[in-house]
Amino acid sequence: MNFTNGAQLLEYCEKENKKISDAMFERETGYLEQDAERTVKKMQKAWLIMKAAAKKPLTEDIVSMGGMIGGESRKLHTLREEEKNICGSVVSKAIAYAVGVLEVNASMGLIVAAPTAGSSGVLPGVLCALQEEYGFQDEEICQAMFNAAAIGYLITRNATTAGAEGGCQAEVGSASAMAASAAVELFGGTPGQCLDAASFALVNILGLVCDPIGGLVENPCQNRNAMGASNALISAELSLAGIKSITPIDETIGVMYAVGKSLPSELRETSLGGMAVARTACETCQACMSKRHSK
Amino acid sequence: MNEIGTFDILGPNMIGPSSSHTAGALRIAFIAGKMVEKVKHVKFVLYGSFARTYHGHGTDRALVGGILGYHPDDERIRESFEYATEAGLTFSFEENFTDKEIYPNTVDIYVTGEDGRSMSVRGKSIGGGNAVITRLNGVEVELTGNYSTMVVQHIDKKGMMAFMTTVLSAYDLNIGSLRLYRESRGKVAYAIIEVDTNVKQQVVDALCGFEAVQNVILVPAIDLD
Repeated sequence: MNFTNGAQLLEYCEKENKKISDAMFERETGYLEQDAERTVKKMQKAWLIMKAAAKKPLTEDIVSMGGMIGGESRKLHTLREEEKNICGSVVSKAIAYAVGVLEVNASMGLIVAAPTAGSSGVLPGVLCALQEEYGFQDEEICQAMFNAAAIGYLITRNATTAGAEGGCQAEVGSASAMAASAAVELFGGTPGQCLDAASFALVNILGLVCDPIGGLVENPCQNRNAMGASNALISAELSLAGIKSITPIDETIGVMYAVGKSLPSELRETSLGGMAVARTACETCQACMSKRHSK
Repeated sequence: MNEIGTFDILGPNMIGPSSSHTAGALRIAFIAGKMVEKVKHVKFVLYGSFARTYHGHGTDRALVGGILGYHPDDERIRESFEYATEAGLTFSFEENFTDKEIYPNTVDIYVTGEDGRSMSVRGKSIGGGNAVITRLNGVEVELTGNYSTMVVQHIDKKGMMAFMTTVLSAYDLNIGSLRLYRESRGKVAYAIIEVDTNVKQQVVDALCGFEAVQNVILVPAIDLD
């Protein structure tokens, strides 16, 4: 079984009464001839790494290589524990875990690129929060990760997940779409609802630029991972409520790709535009770097 | 075109912060580290974005980690300088800002082994933690390290291809690809052979049996599981 776009995936799921995660697993073990047991084990390992990365900042002090981030996750957890948070525990946890993974990533810790290192906080943020708040088992989460992978595959196959090609909308946008679809499946939504949630997530941050300060995966990447996680939850909720996407996922992915290509190169990971050239941001970055080098 | 699988999307499992600047850089150095017997000294020349951002991306630590044979998910990468010093490996970095035509994430690696033999390797990091070796001792080649690979350094000579395929078939190795690269006729050339399984020492010995062969280098695939 193979599929190369969302229409084929949806048709297969509806005809065979399968979840998107089932279809992706079947593609992996059938069409791509990967061993089923090994595939399951690899996913379990990816989930363990994601969870460990999301929770590491709770017990360790982290300073990033560039010195611009570190400690944000703990601040968010503390705010929630003191019941001073605005967002409610699901969203508060999701954003706290998402920024935590970016801290680990920026300090040369172990993460899973999902789909990229710069967007690696979104999916673990959403999944860790949903597991804690709704009691999903590890097996259920791992299954949902195949759903997320299917969305990431469709975007990679038919557009891009690289910031240098499509801006942040292609990185955090894709991660957000993946997490949204996985969340819908976890909550019993149909394959169609999963794809609609993915569409919402992409459309909501269409056009977002990639402008890393100092060229480093720190700021504004970290906060955008928090945004990507919350956007995933919002998009999942919109879809679960029965709201339909105006475009099918394939068209949405095409729109995202077209917008990405029309972004000027200054706003696609080159650090020649956006926040990367904001005077104060540059000064902060240089101060961090020289402080680190003088150590 | 290579098919995209589940773990191309949820992966690689890697030490951050950047798949191209950290994991991909490590991959280039991992291959370079196999080119001589026990690397004692290594010099890295960084170009483009590598040269501009290597401190903040830990590219330098990843490169040293690659020489030490670490995989992209090895948590020792962050402290690779310390481990290198412990292992008696010396290393240095240079930034090249003058060569602007070059692919942005490129590094030249000069390795010198215990026996004094040295080799230069140019590699580029092409995104998603993948990398390609584009030059060996100045000769343009293409080597990805995605498979077990043999690099056969030889003097360009008739009959070389026939000899290699005979040896490989005698040892029942399935060839994924076999390509020859040479600078000019009769000079040093490289055969790069990718195979599906790990290669035994007997194969290397057999290949060394041909007079034109100067050296055979084995580069194991990085197993990311």
